[in-house]
Amino acid sequence: MRGGVRNKMPEQPANIRNKNFNEVALGYDLNTAIDEAERCLNCKNPRCVAGCPVNVEIPNFIQALIARDLKKAIDILKNKNSLPAVCGRVCPQESQCEKNCILGIKGDPVAIGRLERFVADFARDKKLDSIQAKPLTTKNKKIAIVGSGPSGLAAAGDLAKLGYAVTIFEALHEPGGVLMYGIPEFRLPKEIVRHEIKQLRDLGVKIEPNIVIGRTFTINDLFNEENFDAVYVGTGAGLPHFMQIEGENLNGVYSANEFLTRVNLMGAYKFPKVATPVFIGKKAAVIGAGNVAMDAARTAKRLGAEQVYIVYRRSEEEMPARKEEIEHAKEEGIELKVLTAPLKITGTPNGWVNGMECCLMQLGEPDQSGRRTPIEIENSTHLLDIDMVIMSIGQGPNPLIKATTPDLAINKRGNIVADEYGQTSIPGVFAGGDIVTGAATVISAMGAGKKAAQAIHQYLTKE
Amino acid sequence: MNKILTKINLAPQVYEFIINAPLIAHKCQPGQFVIIRTDANSERLPLTIADFDRISGTITLIVQAVGNSTRYFCDNFQVNDVILDVVGPLGVPSHIENYGTVICVGGGIGVAPVYPIARALKEAGNKVISIIGARNKDLLIFTEKMNNVSDQLIITTDDGSAGIQGFVTDPLRKLLEEGCKPGLVLAIGPVIMMRNVAETTRPFKAPTTASLNTIMVDGTGMCGGCRVKVGDNNMFACVDGPEFDAHLVDFDNLVQRQQMYKTHESLEYGCGGHCKCVEE
Repeated sequence: MRGGVRNKMPEQPANIRNKNFNEVALGYDLNTAIDEAERCLNCKNPRCVAGCPVNVEIPNFIQALIARDLKKAIDILKNKNSLPAVCGRVCPQESQCEKNCILGIKGDPVAIGRLERFVADFARDKKLDSIQAKPLTTKNKKIAIVGSGPSGLAAAGDLAKLGYAVTIFEALHEPGGVLMYGIPEFRLPKEIVRHEIKQLRDLGVKIEPNIVIGRTFTINDLFNEENFDAVYVGTGAGLPHFMQIEGENLNGVYSANEFLTRVNLMGAYKFPKVATPVFIGKKAAVIGAGNVAMDAARTAKRLGAEQVYIVYRRSEEEMPARKEEIEHAKEEGIELKVLTAPLKITGTPNGWVNGMECCLMQLGEPDQSGRRTPIEIENSTHLLDIDMVIMSIGQGPNPLIKATTPDLAINKRGNIVADEYGQTSIPGVFAGGDIVTGAATVISAMGAGKKAAQAIHQYLTKE
Repeated sequence: MNKILTKINLAPQVYEFIINAPLIAHKCQPGQFVIIRTDANSERLPLTIADFDRISGTITLIVQAVGNSTRYFCDNFQVNDVILDVVGPLGVPSHIENYGTVICVGGGIGVAPVYPIARALKEAGNKVISIIGARNKDLLIFTEKMNNVSDQLIITTDDGSAGIQGFVTDPLRKLLEEGCKPGLVLAIGPVIMMRNVAETTRPFKAPTTASLNTIMVDGTGMCGGCRVKVGDNNMFACVDGPEFDAHLVDFDNLVQRQQMYKTHESLEYGCGGHCKCVEE
């Protein structure tokens, strides 16, 4: 196996996994992990570290793994990243750490994500990662974190380690944000997310679910009534976009957020063993081609849709989803309908979806973002035979915090304006992750959370 | 938190729960709602706050056992039991001001959420005329409470067993025909009733608000399951409402969307995972 080729990831066969919610990728065993780790050149000036938004000391954890010191390996990982089992699974490593790996020039880069995942899973199984509740040097300052998604969790972990009293407020009944409601069980088992969040609790972080900031408390209340010294807003991009085309209110049309929340957070895939239902058509169209669209399509397939289409107005080349996820979807029987744009959704007299009018597109000149603009082909209107639609064309920022915090500056897209360190227009209020950048990745949100934690620490020690 | 302090059977299949929820009681305003999740297998149920007491830290919820989840809750939850999750207050509070005369219309258990709004309107100096209706006298709730906050209370029943025989729209139309010019008509109840109220007030151009009872999941604006057409706009009832201008609401779309899970609701395992039949 030595040389330029990385170790394959064992997976469930496609025709079996598309009928269950068990994890698709099965993970390395110890010997494979060490074999893969030994490919690392242990660069003196490791470029991979710079590619990681939270700067995990990659060669160091890999060397500890080679030495079979898994305790040391997990400690090195956890030092920078409180959710390694999550990041090892869902990071787009090919455009981050692994993109920079020197081995990638002539062959495959080291499978850093798979090794991170292996170390975290091994440590969890063998209980090497349990946190000793050591007495922290308490700073006697209280910090409120709004939202328990990746950026809030990362900020909370770092601030707790610095000795602050940290409370996370979460609107839903379970913490984790998109890790719980968005990314499906077959890509990210929820028990793993719960385990990594429990470790934050062991570190002293308080998590208060069922509290909606903007309703239960405003940001001002957090300072004036609840005596917090600083607030970090990490409320994400949770507002689903619709296309504003005819027929979007028919029965059988979902936002990807609703569909995935029902299935992942509420467990509707186990209905009627749990009470939350989900509607599944025979032929489903998922509009959009990001990672969320792939997740929704693969979920619909698993729940029994016979035919699932990804409908996308550009070509496969431009799809924003990870290549790996597109491949997984295709293997599982998802059909790509590219260069196709929905015009309207048609319905039965009773108000249920029974088709979608689409037109064909061709690609024109690249736009400002460098992507080629799709242009409608004349007389290409046709009807797609479907009975379910999942809109997955992106999300915007939830406007609730802004609506109840008039001083907070936002830009024209509704995102909170914050500098590189998360400082907003209100002193003591910091923000980061998707609420600032718009929908991005788990790990970039974590990076923003860690930066803001440092900035909050400076803000509170300067006084 | 979330402990049930009182449970009273108000009418057949209708229960009043008073719940210890100090954070919500501290902040909630008339017109707002909560979402509850009774236990780990339960769905998230939106319920309007029918009353609140800031000093004792309690909120009042009225639940009608109509579907699997509400039946499970009403049958199995008693005083001292704890509801796993209660989140709120959610939604935009009712707009309270002195309109002059207001007509508050409540149908069925919709009378309960009308009550705190009527009380606030009364306190704001309005002349409050309330019309409450039910199928029969046994199903009437909150009669005394509504009487206490109204200048005039009109009762209707479909079968004439109490008050005027007929629908709430009958005395409403009569009032308008007699020249009553309300600054606001508020309607809360079954969708059909709210649509009929909107059609009754439309020719008189009486400003009319309805509190919409859409299907909801999170209740915080992240899923759009509760979307409704209001005029030319698609609104999310949980964050933009639940109250909207009833003359602009597409009630047909609302009725249609409420049918989305009818087959799921009537599944053989109608217990929603809460009985032995689905245990492996």
